[in-house]
Amino acid sequence: MMTTSSLTELSLTQAREGLAKKDFTATELTKAYLAVMNEKRELNAYITETPELALEQAKASDERLSSGKAGKLEGIPLAIKDLFCTKGIRTTAGSKMLDNFIPPYESTVTQNLWNAGAVMLGKVNMDEFAMGSSNLNSAYGPVINPWHRTDAPTKKLVPGGSSGGSVTAVAAHMALGATASDTGGSIRQPAAFCGLVGIKPTYGLCSRRGMVAFASSLDQAGPVARTVRDAALLTEVMASYDPWDSTSANVEIPDYLANISKDVRTLRVGLPREYCENLSSEMAHLLQQGVDWLKAAGATIQEVSLPTTPYALPTYYVIAPAEASSNLAKYDGLRYGLRVPGKSLDEMYENTRREGFGSEVRRRILIGTYVLSVGYYDAYYLKAQKVRTLISQDFDRVFGDVDVLLTPTTPTEAFAIDEKPTDPVTMYLNDIFTVTVNLAALPGMSIPVGLSKTGLPLGLQLIGPRFSEQRLFNTALALEEAAEFEQQVKLLRKVA
Amino acid sequence: MELTAKQVMQVAALSRIKIAEEELSGLSQELSGILHWIDQLAKVDVTGVENYTDYQPQSLSEREDVVTDGNNVDAILANAPEKAHNMFSVPKVVE
Repeated sequence: MMTTSSLTELSLTQAREGLAKKDFTATELTKAYLAVMNEKRELNAYITETPELALEQAKASDERLSSGKAGKLEGIPLAIKDLFCTKGIRTTAGSKMLDNFIPPYESTVTQNLWNAGAVMLGKVNMDEFAMGSSNLNSAYGPVINPWHRTDAPTKKLVPGGSSGGSVTAVAAHMALGATASDTGGSIRQPAAFCGLVGIKPTYGLCSRRGMVAFASSLDQAGPVARTVRDAALLTEVMASYDPWDSTSANVEIPDYLANISKDVRTLRVGLPREYCENLSSEMAHLLQQGVDWLKAAGATIQEVSLPTTPYALPTYYVIAPAEASSNLAKYDGLRYGLRVPGKSLDEMYENTRREGFGSEVRRRILIGTYVLSVGYYDAYYLKAQKVRTLISQDFDRVFGDVDVLLTPTTPTEAFAIDEKPTDPVTMYLNDIFTVTVNLAALPGMSIPVGLSKTGLPLGLQLIGPRFSEQRLFNTALALEEAAEFEQQVKLLRKVA
Repeated sequence: MELTAKQVMQVAALSRIKIAEEELSGLSQELSGILHWIDQLAKVDVTGVENYTDYQPQSLSEREDVVTDGNNVDAILANAPEKAHNMFSVPKVVE
């Protein structure tokens, strides 16, 4: 029997082995996580905790484990981003608009997890409707990054966003893994800010059914986890072909974990020139380390060019708000969610949407409505559609010469809650390295590989062609083993 | 592109979002800033470039057009802010 605190130190794949060997039970594992959730409630990672359901599910898992009917994630306690609909359990999407919304159905991604035996600890915090890079846009308050700056240990830092609750829950050991979603960087940027592995799979790999929509041509679900192997297993279970999502990809899902290999000897790695310009010296050094590690493992490195990159963010800030303004039109106070009365039907709509949406969501709806309106549609929306094609073609061209691309995940380390930029465009620049991947429907993954001078985690991003997830996991494993991030953290904590 | 206070009011009306008079100037400044930043797209030459929807390789799959469920009135109305006689209730729209 292990102690409670040692149980939450295990990675997901280690915990799975422990459960299979009957070193501990799913109920013991779940109770250990529920205890940490109690201790660290001030981080505000969870919007809704579901301890009773978790213990009920853990008990059922223990029965299946002892009768030899264990699923791939049997007894594994997870946190679910609060935009995956969970039947009978409140799903807010971080918005006051959905404060009382109880979905009558289950999202495909979470159903896949429960079918594999996973245990739900609760629903985690996020930027409202997944719009943000700091988790400061949540109607349920900011989430606090469990990491601290060595030079200012009392300063509260953002965990990144929009999946801020997901990463904080996993980094603070309040869950073994978590679901997240990524429209412009919302899995990868917070994973980098919290020292975790996060993957946005190829568009269509995970079903969008039951995932509250932000921008449907960009939204994609994926996991955050503590190790590459954990992320590989979670991705495999979350992914599936779903006839209920018309953009779901009908492809075979490989057994990523069983096939994983750190052998990168024949791998051709591209360094996109446009991602290397104007980097901080710290980020440039980190990227060089990544190059050196992959070279030492036998990969070849070459510089490539993706010339449309500088236009990716403005393209995104036309397409994403345009789709959001259309998707969020359904929040009208009629069928579900908030209703604020008015003298007429129109006034009821206007009052409801004013009260229900926070300022960033309102801002994006206004921008989206404007770029889709008569007279501006061609200049903004159609233009952005075409630039999106150019961005996609840039990638198609370089993937003729290289197998994966290596870039930083973010321009900087996590910033403090009181250092939030007041100008929205400055905040949008957080996604400068991640947003191209969504526009081109590609898989992208962030791996923690180093620490900043202030002792905060930094990540590198791998980008591959469509459906090259296995290659990303393999390359990420090579980086993970070379970087020894866990060792770096242990050393830092000893010195600090 | 500058958005005037009047244009902000129009966009807000189209978006069905109530905007208070005192917010107008701040909002028009903020939205103009974002649009000005987006305007750099004008520099990209897109002559002969397809729309992304035509370029991207994935086609939309179709389901057979058949009834697959029904008789879920309770589930459909479960989250209704106001309901009456198994229907959603709304403010009066016909004078």
